Amino acid sequence: MKDISLHLMDIVQNSISAGADKIILRIWVEPKQDTYQENSAKISYNLCCEIIDNGRGMEPEFAKKAADPFKTTRKTRNIGMGLPLLKLSAEMAGGELILESELNKGTRIKAFFDVDSIDRIPLGDVASTVKMLVMANPDITWNIWFSSSGEEFELDTDEIKKELEDIPLNNNAVLDWIEKTVNDGIRKVFGGVLDEVR
Amino acid sequence: MKSVEELKALREKALKELSIRDNENKTRIVVGMATCGIAAGAKPVMNAFVEEVAKRNIQDVTVTMTGCVGICRLEPIADVIDSNGEKTTYVKLTPEKARRIVAEHIVNKKPVIEYTIGAAEK
Repeated sequence: MKDISLHLMDIVQNSISAGADKIILRIWVEPKQDTYQENSAKISYNLCCEIIDNGRGMEPEFAKKAADPFKTTRKTRNIGMGLPLLKLSAEMAGGELILESELNKGTRIKAFFDVDSIDRIPLGDVASTVKMLVMANPDITWNIWFSSSGEEFELDTDEIKKELEDIPLNNNAVLDWIEKTVNDGIRKVFGGVLDEVR
Repeated sequence: MKSVEELKALREKALKELSIRDNENKTRIVVGMATCGIAAGAKPVMNAFVEEVAKRNIQDVTVTMTGCVGICRLEPIADVIDSNGEKTTYVKLTPEKARRIVAEHIVNKKPVIEYTIGAAEK
């Protein structure tokens, strides 16, 4: 995968097929815990992404092996590359993939990357990912949250729905508004923090 | 959350455009959006479908996504399902091909034979 927005698009499909009706997508930048010291001249940062859903979750045995490419629920063949590829992207950039799942409660996937690693893939077009996810799944409640030191952004499709009343979320003008709003959020939160955001 | 006013304005605008149209008899464009599709470039393809449909202000078409269809080597794949249920499967798509499919298949009702799975598998 070329960028993080593609990974998100991919991993969220797992949440959708797990029957989730609420999906939280969080992206944030935080200081690495082992380098965070008051007087440290150089603090290094992690870029973290998290997908939290209320889908059907996984059996503990399955969850342990979910990042194994030969573990999958799909019927077409016995290989699933979504989580293994995200794990690879994270580990290449000095990060990790963390997976927590509880049967009938939901799943939480977190991947983090060293912001300054030369192998870290860029954020990519997260706004169009959000737009397409909402368009194809207007009945799911989407909560999008970004944060970096001092700046925060949140978008919740339930709040948008309240304002729109009878207009569906997948109306073209609404989708364009969502894309623009998310893009503004990314610029506000990650501008000057991530090199690829200007 | 910001700009409640913006949303209110959006609603007013959408209400005006929302003519008496029903959601039945809609043509559906279904893009394969599993790992294989995304890695092969399905996201820009879907974006192109959405933009082209919006640009031409076509109301009776929905663009949506599905999982892996099982023929990953031909991704990005999209099905165009006409209002009468007839399905055309397009393979190895690019944003340019997607725009042409909207123009020729959706608008002019002439499937782009050279991009179909039948043509690719000859």
